[in-house]
Amino acid sequence: MSDPGGGRRPRWWRRLPRRLDRLGSGLGHQLRARLAHGAVDAATLEEIFELLVASDCGAPMAEELVQGLRERAERERLRAPAELLAGLRSEMESKLGGRNRELRLGGTPGVWLVAGVNGSGKTTTVAKLAARIKAQGLTPLVAAGDTFRAAAQDQLRRLVEPLGVDVVGHRPGADPAAVVYDAMEAARARRRDLVLVDTAGRLHTKDNLMQELAKVRRVIAASIPDQPEESLLVLDAYVGANALAQARAFSEVIGATGVVLTKLDGSARGGYVFQVERELDLPVKLVGTGEGSDDLDDFDPAAYVSALLADEAV
Amino acid sequence: MFDTLTDKLGVAFKHLTAKGRLTAEDVEAGLREVRLALLEADVNYKVAREFVERVRDRAVGADVLQSLTPGQQVIKLVFGELVELLGGEDQALSYSPEPPTVVLLVGLQGAGKTTTAVKLSLLVRGEGHRPALVAADLRRSAAVEQLQILAAEHQVPVLVPETGRGLAHGVAAAVQAARRQGHDVVLVDTSGRLHLDQPLMDELAEIRSAVRVHHSLLVVDAMTGQEAVRVAGSFKEQVGVDGIILTKLDGDARGGAALSMRAAIGLRVWYCGVGERPRDLEPFHPERMARRILGMGDVLTLIERSQEQISEEEAVSAQERMREGRLTLDDFVTQLRQLRRLGPLESILGLMPGGRELMRAQGSALPGEAELRRLEAIVLSMTPEERRKPETVDSSRRRRIARGSGTTPAEVSRLIKGFEQMRSMMKGLSGAGGRRRLAQELLKTPRGRTPLIGG
Repeated sequence: MSDPGGGRRPRWWRRLPRRLDRLGSGLGHQLRARLAHGAVDAATLEEIFELLVASDCGAPMAEELVQGLRERAERERLRAPAELLAGLRSEMESKLGGRNRELRLGGTPGVWLVAGVNGSGKTTTVAKLAARIKAQGLTPLVAAGDTFRAAAQDQLRRLVEPLGVDVVGHRPGADPAAVVYDAMEAARARRRDLVLVDTAGRLHTKDNLMQELAKVRRVIAASIPDQPEESLLVLDAYVGANALAQARAFSEVIGATGVVLTKLDGSARGGYVFQVERELDLPVKLVGTGEGSDDLDDFDPAAYVSALLADEAV
Repeated sequence: MFDTLTDKLGVAFKHLTAKGRLTAEDVEAGLREVRLALLEADVNYKVAREFVERVRDRAVGADVLQSLTPGQQVIKLVFGELVELLGGEDQALSYSPEPPTVVLLVGLQGAGKTTTAVKLSLLVRGEGHRPALVAADLRRSAAVEQLQILAAEHQVPVLVPETGRGLAHGVAAAVQAARRQGHDVVLVDTSGRLHLDQPLMDELAEIRSAVRVHHSLLVVDAMTGQEAVRVAGSFKEQVGVDGIILTKLDGDARGGAALSMRAAIGLRVWYCGVGERPRDLEPFHPERMARRILGMGDVLTLIERSQEQISEEEAVSAQERMREGRLTLDDFVTQLRQLRRLGPLESILGLMPGGRELMRAQGSALPGEAELRRLEAIVLSMTPEERRKPETVDSSRRRRIARGSGTTPAEVSRLIKGFEQMRSMMKGLSGAGGRRRLAQELLKTPRGRTPLIGG
């Protein structure tokens, strides 16, 4: 069962293991060494727990995965290191199973709202999405909803205008809801397929800023039925336990439909997605894997788990 | 959102404080909870493990198990260790006698370098200096504009390096230009980069060799998880880092990364960003951070208060009598008074992790101030002989005591029965055992068991 890579291994995955190996940080790397001793004893399980924690899976999820592995090992009489590793992979994949990760795009125009905390990579993600939509032969339009951060609109324009994508923006400090409204009007007039809404980064604990975001969403919903069809929460892979708090708060305010996990080209793995997916019933849909405009890929659970395990055997 | 860390420690310390007497297993279970709480606060897993080992060693060394209040002793040890880990002298920018003082800001993408550069320039100006900024982030689109706009709002000049002969050369030239313009502090904002990106890390090293950098500060997002230590270690090794600026601390991130930096790679936090306004950069306070990480500042208040209020001698003599099975109702009254000196039960519980939860669960069954006074009155209406030997209280004495204390004979007998049970139990216990359990037993309400604290 466990050849998640095979021929359809996504491009981003090809780039990950080498880096992880260089760091010696791969879970699988250390696990194999550990499991080579044989039986699943308490010390081994403790080590697996720590390695999962080190990938930011969170202590409760790490405990659960270890417990699952222990039971599976007993039930299926797993002994060899490779079997145990496969067992752990199955445990992890089962947590990410059965979710619809497709991006919805059907409105005329459709609207995708992109939100997240400061520095998570929203603007970059919007630019990548624009490139992706454009490459599919559709016509995106970008709303520069970040009217707070200095030069955010300039950054956006420089990223997407070379692609031939329009940006609708107001002057700095303008009401983002008004920007988004104008962008939707412009998209209708120009017969664009999709409005991509960039928003200002905001900490999920800032009530007034979260209310501002809620207003943006209301304006979208009031203007075009059944929109936004995607409300994407951008989460930085380098974040730890706080990701869960972010996901909770943003989900409530924007009715998030999916997660974009960014900066996965670094050493961080964002293991918190196991908890986020389950607790908030929120699928990871995309992963950001670099600074290029095409460094955005569909999330593939099997490939992700392999990357977590740095499993060169795959 | 409810404070999950306080919850978790509440669970841990509930185990520790519920029973007066702890076994080694109890301590182990409590320490595991502490470790989980640290991990949930993003403390690096190695640091968390070593931390708990140190607390365990000290707990054994300090004979915590034999002490009167072992649970509190463990809590104190945990906090003490944490402050020690974070502590030390406050760090701040020092200024070179040969200006300009050059400060290099480095970090991952999205950590907050550009915003921090402007904030730091205002802090520097506030200390009587003339700062200038160098916009060395020429990679992220519009990063230079972002810095220029922010800096212009506060009249801080920005120099943009010429890159014809390489970035490092350009930065060096910009620093010299700033000096000529009379600026004595130059802050260099650099591009965000992955610590794995060799060419970009080399670029920083080149800047360092072209410019005499006095302080190289790593900007770290307070929300960073387990990778924080590896990232910081890598920057330190490849570029050289003197200290940390922790950003976005105005959110609800625990910032366990900060703790880990000091413990794992010896880097201290110098400043922290606590808001989006340019003035929102503060010096770092270790104790505050320790409290934040544990979410337990209030527990300390409680411990301090109990240390003030309960003299060691009082406690020790009660302990001795208890050990010998000579406990009397006088001791009980002493305990009650000590408890009441700490304040109303509600407020004591409120100070404890998980205490509020307990209060909600307990509802009206919580013995209030009035109930404690009634118990005290019952004992005070007894003769000294009766207090030493409650078994001598018969039905006519019971009626007398009830009249004297304004209670009912049933209440009197419930108190005596509970006390006798406790005393017989206590004879079997060697240690500090049942001080708390005694109180619990005696405070049983008509509705049933009422654990006094942390049941």
